[in-house]
Amino acid sequence: MKSDWILEESSSDSAFAKVWRALKADRLALASLFFIIVTASLCFAAGIVAPYDYQVQNLSLGATPPSMEHWFGTDIHGRDLLSRMLFGGRVSFAVGILATVVAVLIGTSYGMVSGMCGGKTDALMMRIVDIVYSLPFTIFVILLMMAFGRSLWLIFVAIGAVEWLTMARIVRAMTLDIKSRQFVEAAVALGESRWGIMRRHILPNVFGAVLVCAALTVPSVMLLEAFLSFLGLGVQAPLPSWGGLVKDGAEYMEDAPWMLVFPALFFSATLYALNRIGEAVSEGSGEK
Amino acid sequence: MLKYFTSRILEAIPVFFIIVTAVFFMVRFVPGGPFDKERAVSEETLAALNSYYGLDEPLVVQYCSFLKNLARGDLGPSFKYAGWSVNEILREKALVSLELGGCALAIALVLGLGVGFAAAAFPSGKIGAALSGISLVGICLPAFVLGPVLILIFCLRLNCFNAMGWSDFPSDIVLPAFTLALFYAAWIARLSRSRAVEEKSRGYVRTAVAKGCGKGRVYFVHILRNAVEPVISYIGPAAAGLLSGSFVVETIFQIPGLGRFFISSALDNDYTMIMGCVMLYSVFIIAFNLLSDFLLAAVNPKIAKEMRK
Repeated sequence: MKSDWILEESSSDSAFAKVWRALKADRLALASLFFIIVTASLCFAAGIVAPYDYQVQNLSLGATPPSMEHWFGTDIHGRDLLSRMLFGGRVSFAVGILATVVAVLIGTSYGMVSGMCGGKTDALMMRIVDIVYSLPFTIFVILLMMAFGRSLWLIFVAIGAVEWLTMARIVRAMTLDIKSRQFVEAAVALGESRWGIMRRHILPNVFGAVLVCAALTVPSVMLLEAFLSFLGLGVQAPLPSWGGLVKDGAEYMEDAPWMLVFPALFFSATLYALNRIGEAVSEGSGEK
Repeated sequence: MLKYFTSRILEAIPVFFIIVTAVFFMVRFVPGGPFDKERAVSEETLAALNSYYGLDEPLVVQYCSFLKNLARGDLGPSFKYAGWSVNEILREKALVSLELGGCALAIALVLGLGVGFAAAAFPSGKIGAALSGISLVGICLPAFVLGPVLILIFCLRLNCFNAMGWSDFPSDIVLPAFTLALFYAAWIARLSRSRAVEEKSRGYVRTAVAKGCGKGRVYFVHILRNAVEPVISYIGPAAAGLLSGSFVVETIFQIPGLGRFFISSALDNDYTMIMGCVMLYSVFIIAFNLLSDFLLAAVNPKIAKEMRK
């Protein structure tokens, strides 16, 4: 019995170590990580590294193909595409990370409370999740945007409000499982409060799964943000975002294909790298 | 079984009404009305328009008359497209979206299951790695990236297809259907691959091989049946999205389908049209979730047994 407890407890606190080991073993995932770190830091440092401003127009220049002065060319307003992509990437990454944090916080606490309470409360809470799941997301977001005006914060909230659902379901299922294990029974017998059990026993044990889920949430959030920006509902001009740049590129691709090719390439490469990392993390930690 | 599905359908009805009611009040609380974007209209015209469509009455009265009309299957006139009723728009445009979505769904299933299975058949070899690599690339190419890129390559550079339009030519459906399908195909491939790999090491597969089953039979009879499970539960909501029209693909390829109305009605505050779209979509989601549950029970007697309880 005793060795069982030790096994269960000790397998949780090395979540980071396991993830790192898995990443190191997978060369493609390691390369992806490198790509993401470089791209993200360049984007966040856009204010310093970007060769031009993202909104200064040079209409006499117009759309020019890639050259020594403008590595990725310029858009129809004569704005440097590389600089716009760097600033746009900053928005995309920031939304990806912040909305994921929102989703993790809501999803984990909701799932844990639902699983801990059990019974009717649990059934009701999960029913709510089901209902929100079946709402038409795009209409929901558009209505939110129109009611409160478009803002970057609202995009975080809207995306976070959708992405927490999966997380809540996973955490709830795990909580139900962990709740019935012996170390929790022992803690209850020792007089541990519900809050203490959640914090000290459930949370460390769901942590690995949450980490995996979060790693896979980042790319799907960035995808959603790009989708909204593509519809013209996301980040507002002149501030660029990758979805908006792809939309502009699609509009002028006949005359200026580079406007489509570069943002599309970088956006897809980033999604690929993030998914690849997420996959390596989930395989490495043995969570699904 | 029948009892299970009856209770599921009965359960779906209040959910449907909650969604409809929530959206009904939400659209009316959003600032601005359906006639704001028209050319500047005088106060009297606006008042006349509002009273003609019953928008000047209290919300509760509006809601009651909405429900009354809904019971008769009448979704009301569109505010934006004068002279058209929402029923007519939905009926006409849904056909186009169904055609496109149906093709995309078929492509996604065939391509996804094919790639997923082939990848599972060679888990350690180079082919398997390449195939699962391809399916990962697929989920990184959303329609709004893939569509324009395909148009750039096949229409503007190679001149194989018409870039826009939707006429009688079956070739017009190829690119949009593929664009719509690829993302879903990639997910299906990933889901079926990982499950098939898991199932391969199970006891019943070993038994089947020991009995002398051929490789093909083991794959297509024994493993397939178990490996489609996650695909079925994924395809339920996915099919609802596919068939109710994709805004992105319909915009990129200029297809006169329903997806466009989905977004534009909300942007225009076209209340009746929003309600129509939301209801259609919700009905689709509920129906396809039920259908996927039914299919799950059909392929797996264990699940069917649980439902009987």
